[in-house]
Amino acid sequence: MIRALLLTTLLATPAMADEIWVTNESDDTVSVIDVATLAVKATYPTGERPRGITFSRDFKRLYICASDSDAVQVMDPDTGAILHDLPSGEDPEQFVLAPDDRLLYIANEDDAITTVVDTQSRSVVAQIDVGVEPEGMGISPDGKLQVTTSETTNMAHWIDTATHRIVANTLVDSRPRHAEFSPDGAELWVSSEIGGTVTVFDAATQTEKGKISFEIPGVRAEKLQPVGMRFSPDAARVFVALGPANHLAVVDAKTLQVERYIMVGRRVWHMALSPDQTRLFTTNGVSGDVTVIDLATLEPLATIKVGRFPWGAAARPTPQ
Amino acid sequence: MKNLVLSAALMLACTPLAAETVRLDWLERQLTPPPVLSNLTGDPADLGLAGARLSLADIATTGKFLKIDWALHETVVAPEEDFLAAAKRVLATGARVLIVRAPAADLLALADLPEAAGALIFNTGAPEPRLRNEDCRANVLHTLPSTAMRTDALAQQLRAKRWQSLALITGPQPEDRAFAAALKTSLAKFGLTLAGEKDWPLTADMRRSGAAEVPLFTQDLPEHDLLLVADERGDFARYIPFNTWLPRPVAGSEGLSAKGWTEVVEDYGAAQLQVRFRQTASRPMQDADFSAWAAIAAISDARTRTGTADPADLRSFLLSDKARIAAFLGQPVSFRPWDGQMRQPMPLVTERAVVAMAPLEGFLHQTNELDTLGTDRPETLCKAFGANL
Repeated sequence: MIRALLLTTLLATPAMADEIWVTNESDDTVSVIDVATLAVKATYPTGERPRGITFSRDFKRLYICASDSDAVQVMDPDTGAILHDLPSGEDPEQFVLAPDDRLLYIANEDDAITTVVDTQSRSVVAQIDVGVEPEGMGISPDGKLQVTTSETTNMAHWIDTATHRIVANTLVDSRPRHAEFSPDGAELWVSSEIGGTVTVFDAATQTEKGKISFEIPGVRAEKLQPVGMRFSPDAARVFVALGPANHLAVVDAKTLQVERYIMVGRRVWHMALSPDQTRLFTTNGVSGDVTVIDLATLEPLATIKVGRFPWGAAARPTPQ
Repeated sequence: MKNLVLSAALMLACTPLAAETVRLDWLERQLTPPPVLSNLTGDPADLGLAGARLSLADIATTGKFLKIDWALHETVVAPEEDFLAAAKRVLATGARVLIVRAPAADLLALADLPEAAGALIFNTGAPEPRLRNEDCRANVLHTLPSTAMRTDALAQQLRAKRWQSLALITGPQPEDRAFAAALKTSLAKFGLTLAGEKDWPLTADMRRSGAAEVPLFTQDLPEHDLLLVADERGDFARYIPFNTWLPRPVAGSEGLSAKGWTEVVEDYGAAQLQVRFRQTASRPMQDADFSAWAAIAAISDARTRTGTADPADLRSFLLSDKARIAAFLGQPVSFRPWDGQMRQPMPLVTERAVVAMAPLEGFLHQTNELDTLGTDRPETLCKAFGANL
């Protein structure tokens, strides 16, 4: 049945439309969602336990963290074929591509290391000792600072990309999961899953500017576990996925106040903006689906069934 | 080698500060293993200690960035040796924060030593509810779940499954009796009925005769939805499932059981902890390992958040509502201010899977649903934590 489905999707001519690509952690696949029809148009096999996912700047290459295969895989998104693996270090969970489109910063969760890989020469440029269970990976828009957060050490490690050395370590609340620079590079946002907070840092001084907590009537405080984060296209808001609370928080990026909460699927992880920037797609791990949110109304529009335990998400505009 | 060079570079990159050394003590009373029917199983020699060692390695990485050197002093007292004398020796050499794996009597004797008055002791080995009630001590926190937490978790699952009528087989050992007593309290708490019970009298070698003995032994039990077994040493109950007179599931010490941790826990990042543990200990992680791991993780978290390693400060932070410690169980763990018990979600497991995680949906509590498991504030008999009430 699954094989038949895969074959069908492989044989179908790719329709021209914007796409959202989602990794299915427990199915070892990626699902390709057509943004126009909100249907899954293709499902491609990957290595084991795919999590982090990102495109090259020209969208000709898709990078996938195949955690249990100990590889970052490079896929041709036009065919779904795996082109080659990159040397990633053990258990790559999440990564971030530098603005130069060349260096990939990879969190090696089991090894407490950030591995820097040159995607062109396919070689390891550096390995940096960080805290236990690195996961959140952010890079400043100018590419000068990379931040790795470590889940068990509860820190953001600020790495100078010129020297590949740590220049600062800042404590955050328990189990930091995601690091996101503001589009202007002035701020770094770090979510703490078990601490239940998001810490906002001034990126220039690495000092804490503010901390955000969450509260939803009828939802236990312990379930409010911030994980993935995305800035809105105008950078005025930040969407924070609250994991098993099954909601997104919409945070005013200036006042750091929560404007509202949006109900999504179960155990929401990460998000991608549609290339036209009108919709937000969330991966809902436990319910195995993707919620589509209209950014104009902040209302959920649709739910799309994908594979088991969808985790990462990345957007690709209509292939030219 | 590459890692070494990079670590050196890392140290240079950090502001040079004098490192602070924090001493932790592992204190263990070894016991002569009790005889069990199976010849194939037994506790690993480093049960508990392996969890402490892994946790120390975890916090040492954190400490590297914070300029804290964590040191774990290990003292293992052989069965024939004097535990209290060993405890006095480590206290005399400066032990202030102790992670202890010892039976209840030894634990209490240690806690009551005058020189242990200002120390902070983590109980990782004694599950007795009395240590959290009438025999609680202000200087003892518990990271091992109490027997009551285990039986409450199981009772919630039975209630949720509407397996309301139960039968119970209790083994002859004191810990079997204690577990059976806790089970009965939990059944009453969650509105379940004990339809009948029997004591396990058989001395037969069940490896050969389980199929002959167990159907007869269970034949005269009244009708029940599920059969509970109290066999905390793991002696006879393993031969009960699939040999019963009526086709009924088995739970308690065998079959479906509630534990603080087992090797099948894998959600919420637990797989990472399991992998790290297996890499270092070359065996799966058990509940006693997790209790030791959690104690040291909590100590490190308290040190990081308070900026001090003074036992009194660590204790008051851990007992406050500021403590939200990550323990791979899907929600923060913390400590009950009325008895020092770490509150944690309890996995309900078989040998191969997590069946459910307690507290189950629908078991509500006015402040923290984890407090539906074990002794809650209104019922506590503990007076030593009175200042917190």
